Amino acid sequence: MSTHNNNNNTARVTAARRVAIFGGTHGNEMSGVALVNLWTKNGAEIQRKGVETRPFLANPWAVEKCVRYVDTDLNRAFTPENLSAPGGDELPYEVQRAQEINKIFGPKGSQEAYDVIFDLHNTTSNMGCTLILESSKDSFSLQMMNYIKKAIAPASCLVLLNEHPHLKYSTSRSVARHPVGLEVGPQPQGVLRSNIFQAMRVILKHALDFIELFNEGMEFPSCTVEVFRVLESIDYPRDANGNIIAMVHPNLQDCDWEPLNPGDPMFQTFDGQTVHYQGSSTVYPTFINEAAYYEKQQAFLTTRRETLAANAISKA
Amino acid sequence: MEPTCFPAVSRVAVSGGTHGNELTGVYIVREMQKQEVDKVGSVSVTTVLANPRATDACRRYIETDLNRCFTNALLSAPITDSTPYEMRRAQELNAQLGPKGSEKAVDLLIDLHNTTANMGLCLIFDSLDWLTLHIYKYIQSKMTKMPVRAIQLNKPRSDAYCLESVGKHGFAIEVGPQPNGVLRADIYNTVKTAVDLTITWLQEFNSGCTFEGGEVEAYIAAKSVDYPRDPDGKITAVIHPKLQDNDFKLLQPGDPVFLSFSGETVNHEGEELYPFFVNECAYYEKKIAFHLARRETFTLPSIRLRT
Repeated sequence: MSTHNNNNNTARVTAARRVAIFGGTHGNEMSGVALVNLWTKNGAEIQRKGVETRPFLANPWAVEKCVRYVDTDLNRAFTPENLSAPGGDELPYEVQRAQEINKIFGPKGSQEAYDVIFDLHNTTSNMGCTLILESSKDSFSLQMMNYIKKAIAPASCLVLLNEHPHLKYSTSRSVARHPVGLEVGPQPQGVLRSNIFQAMRVILKHALDFIELFNEGMEFPSCTVEVFRVLESIDYPRDANGNIIAMVHPNLQDCDWEPLNPGDPMFQTFDGQTVHYQGSSTVYPTFINEAAYYEKQQAFLTTRRETLAANAISKA
Repeated sequence: MEPTCFPAVSRVAVSGGTHGNELTGVYIVREMQKQEVDKVGSVSVTTVLANPRATDACRRYIETDLNRCFTNALLSAPITDSTPYEMRRAQELNAQLGPKGSEKAVDLLIDLHNTTANMGLCLIFDSLDWLTLHIYKYIQSKMTKMPVRAIQLNKPRSDAYCLESVGKHGFAIEVGPQPNGVLRADIYNTVKTAVDLTITWLQEFNSGCTFEGGEVEAYIAAKSVDYPRDPDGKITAVIHPKLQDNDFKLLQPGDPVFLSFSGETVNHEGEELYPFFVNECAYYEKKIAFHLARRETFTLPSIRLRT
């Protein structure tokens, strides 16, 4: 799908004809697994005129074992090296799986790649509904996110932008031209909560409505979208052996998206001391105390608030 | 009336990580080991990480649930090459902290757990024991900012399968909601307070204090309810939003309990009971969506040290 600006600054974007919905990229994030299983049995709810919508279980072995991954994190596996690695059966399970997914929905970066992949995730963090954007220049995805936010108001759906040179990672959805992450929490791993399941379902409904409207020729005028841009990853304080020596402070726990000011409590040691945030300015933390990130050396991410401009878009 | 007398409770064991992804107990025990806690006044304290391999892997268990391995039968089963890790570990723990049922067993065993269910702070007992119920009464009187509840699993001692049944007295401290693999500071602080209060109570008991009797309420486990499933065994409904997070709120016939993926509500049938362990992650594989309990009031006698 190519995009280019015409004289009036409207980006002309090819229609989104092939859309995939990934659940179970992490096998213990249950909302996406349940939704994909549901829609695989009966896909009526996700059908839209003029678009093929394909539900897909990204990591079936991890889903069966109800673990995040079997050998390695599938949602970090879509690097160019992995996608072209020889070795077949000898490769870690998720690298093999990444290559299969790239064949079905890609190849990543090519003309044949799927137009949109929605990747459904849960988090143990109190993030509510969060859409994850991989590029500030993706006007199509930005317009979709603007549409979704307006459709569910006054309920909230925030946008996390990860364009960070080091912290950005090679996601399963990155195979598509327009990768859209959907992260809903808090929900424990291995648990299916009704409210979280419903929230994800509603967001996807609006996302697919947007695609249908766009494909039918609706023009979306330029707009601004508030996003939270990833700044840095903050780890737990650790001892010389790498063991954590403090926990997310009670004042910070569950306070995703609320301002964290220099001097605010950040961690509490096991013997009750407070560690304060030492940054030079106010940041907006997210992914606070996500279970899967202890091993990735991350207690939370910091972000800053930004307003992005999205070009007007219409079907090419 | 004369108080009921018990011998001194001078040997206590605190265990964490019986389930390796229930992190509060893991870190409380590690911190106690770092501080080299081994004697507090009249009480000697042993700390143990019950399932170290599962803790290292941050999983509930490696081969089988350790906290189901402590029946008399399993503890005396011969060990062979094919004996699962947790069964061997149970026998090691029984040798270290027991043997269960013998004079050598620790006087009190406290096992620390977390649940994904919204249960607050609970003390879980295998059987009713005036001494441990007094500890419960004491903790409840001191920790007033949150509900503190007692649950009794209602099994004869020999069938008791949990680690705490190894001690002469025992209970589990179960606190939620906390996801597996997550360590929350508020829950850590809560459990630490409960453990400290227990040790304080023991010192007062051992020094000869009389603890006045009174009434306590406890939830007696009655039955469990599974998720609706399809012929392939896959669940077809989730815990209904009106039941989710409402552990210990009385469930009456006609109250919604499940919401199917296609939008139908399934209602509770049968007697009024109190739900708990509502949507506990580890119980999906045990075919339990929630447990149900009756609530009963017990009259505790006064107790003091036997001299």
